[in-house]
Amino acid sequence: MRILIYISESFKIAFEALRAYKMRSVLTTLGIVIGVTTVITIVALIQGLNKSFANQLSAIGTTTLYIQKFPWIMNDKQFFAFRNRPNLKVEDAERLKSMSKLAVAVAPTLFTGKTTKYKERNLEGTFIVGTTTDYMETSNVIPEFGRFLSESDVNHRRPLCLIGSDVAEKLFPDEDPIGKRITVGGRRFKVIGVAEKKGSMFGQNLDQVIVIPIGIFQTAFGARFRSVDIEVKVARPEELDDAEIELTGIMRRIRGLTSDEEDNFSINKQSQLMETYKSLTSTLWAVAIGVGAISLLVGGIGIMNILLVSVTERTREIGIRKALGARRFDIMMQFLIESLMICAIGVAIGIALAIGVAKFIASTTPLPASITAWVAFLGLGFVLTIGLFFGIYPARKAARLNPIEALRYE
Amino acid sequence: MLIELQSIEKIYEIGTVKVPALKGINVTVDKNEYVAIMGPSGSGKSTLMNIVGCLDTPSNGTYMLNDNNVSDMSDDELAEIRNREIGFVFQTFNLLPRASALHNVELPLIYNGTPATKRRKQAEEALDRVGLGDRMHHKPNELSGGQRQRVAIARALVNDPSIILADEPTGNLDSRTGEEIMEIFEDLHDGGNTIILVTHEEYIAEHSDRIIRLRDGLVERDEAVHER
Repeated sequence: MRILIYISESFKIAFEALRAYKMRSVLTTLGIVIGVTTVITIVALIQGLNKSFANQLSAIGTTTLYIQKFPWIMNDKQFFAFRNRPNLKVEDAERLKSMSKLAVAVAPTLFTGKTTKYKERNLEGTFIVGTTTDYMETSNVIPEFGRFLSESDVNHRRPLCLIGSDVAEKLFPDEDPIGKRITVGGRRFKVIGVAEKKGSMFGQNLDQVIVIPIGIFQTAFGARFRSVDIEVKVARPEELDDAEIELTGIMRRIRGLTSDEEDNFSINKQSQLMETYKSLTSTLWAVAIGVGAISLLVGGIGIMNILLVSVTERTREIGIRKALGARRFDIMMQFLIESLMICAIGVAIGIALAIGVAKFIASTTPLPASITAWVAFLGLGFVLTIGLFFGIYPARKAARLNPIEALRYE
Repeated sequence: MLIELQSIEKIYEIGTVKVPALKGINVTVDKNEYVAIMGPSGSGKSTLMNIVGCLDTPSNGTYMLNDNNVSDMSDDELAEIRNREIGFVFQTFNLLPRASALHNVELPLIYNGTPATKRRKQAEEALDRVGLGDRMHHKPNELSGGQRQRVAIARALVNDPSIILADEPTGNLDSRTGEEIMEIFEDLHDGGNTIILVTHEEYIAEHSDRIIRLRDGLVERDEAVHER
């Protein structure tokens, strides 16, 4: 009971003190405001980036492995070394499919960029994929209308194609594309299906795509210098690691590598990109924490400074309170609550500002920034740590004042 | 006995030099006495007042206040004793400048944990007793010197303490206002309160029933006032 009464009194005293010295309170609070705004904005940016990166990556399935000539992440030196690796071939994909127990779909793929025409309409930079029926599963390209390439279409090299939703919208704004003939890089293909919308990944429009049988791709657009990418899908994400080991073994056997020779192919997967991304952003996190810690430290020192001034100015008041029966604890609470209040106000304003800044950044730049409920907890943490840490010294100093000397203080 | 001081000594150490301020004071004060402590500056008057007011503890000797041995209590224990047993009235009033008269009077009740409504009622009653019922919400700078000292007296009374300890209560007031304040003390005394008055003014001291004169840290004379 007594403590509740005293805490409510302490709040009144602190509130009075803040009101009596408005300018000083504003300036003291400003340090905390700037610190909190900085930290929360940076955290919001990082969270936003993480989220958008994860979204981007979602186009690469978590159950798909990519057997390729090059790894996705490499340096210049590695590039020049790996250039001499033998190209992967369509037959490799066939052998993998027959030998692997974990693979549920294996699609050899070749890519190129071509201009596509329909009547008088031209679409530049369409992304041409030469592949097999399994591509529907490995890349999750699902026909929304019509159908995908059948095995017979692929084996007989029929001039058929499945087009992405953007291709359909741009070349066939007012007609049904199914059954129409389009010209891709000078060759004519009949449209048999339109794929579901997929969005984009790292700036690449996944809907501006045309999927054709791999045999026609090789004869029409050349195959001699191209290495085939082999996409392998497993049933469940947990099987990915086992599949990687299995496929490595099969590939080494196909290539006839001896035990002392290194792999001359690469097996890529989504998690590689995620790991690289994480290692890049961990530096960002460290910088953010550093900047935030410094600005909050400065803010905290500001609070301590102002509280020390306040203790000195109110020496007489402390003397009076002690003479009337205030114990050390009571005086300490008074100043600690004042410190916590300055912090709480600063943190609240800081959070509000950070939300504003994050919204501003998100609406004016391509950088995403997202603030969620975690800021409330982070804010509470700031209030308690800064308020208590920097408040305790001035509060103890006040509590230990000798009442006789304090009463005599002018 | 309300107050029992036995061979009270207080020695200040200034650097390596020991300065005795009180050299063995033996004084007893009964309930409902009205005592004045007098003495020139340097006589140990303020030191004695601080000890009697439980703001300080003696270096040697025993101080029994209302059957509590306060001679070697801790800071926090002394704070509680001050809150319960002592009502201070200072020369410079010592009110909180930003708080209303009412809030100033409520302060001792805050530190003993009186709930807000009861606190307010008691403070209002105390202000009524010193004739400030109509000035409760004024801040000290909106009050005259005499009114401020009345607020301080109300604050001293509000906890119903064993002793009212007044240190030069008229020192900052003109003589007419001073007389008014002294009348309040007389009324309080008639109402059963124990009052200890520290002053260097003979005519103020003569309001009391008994004058204790200090010189060089010792009691020089301790005698009743007769002429009234």
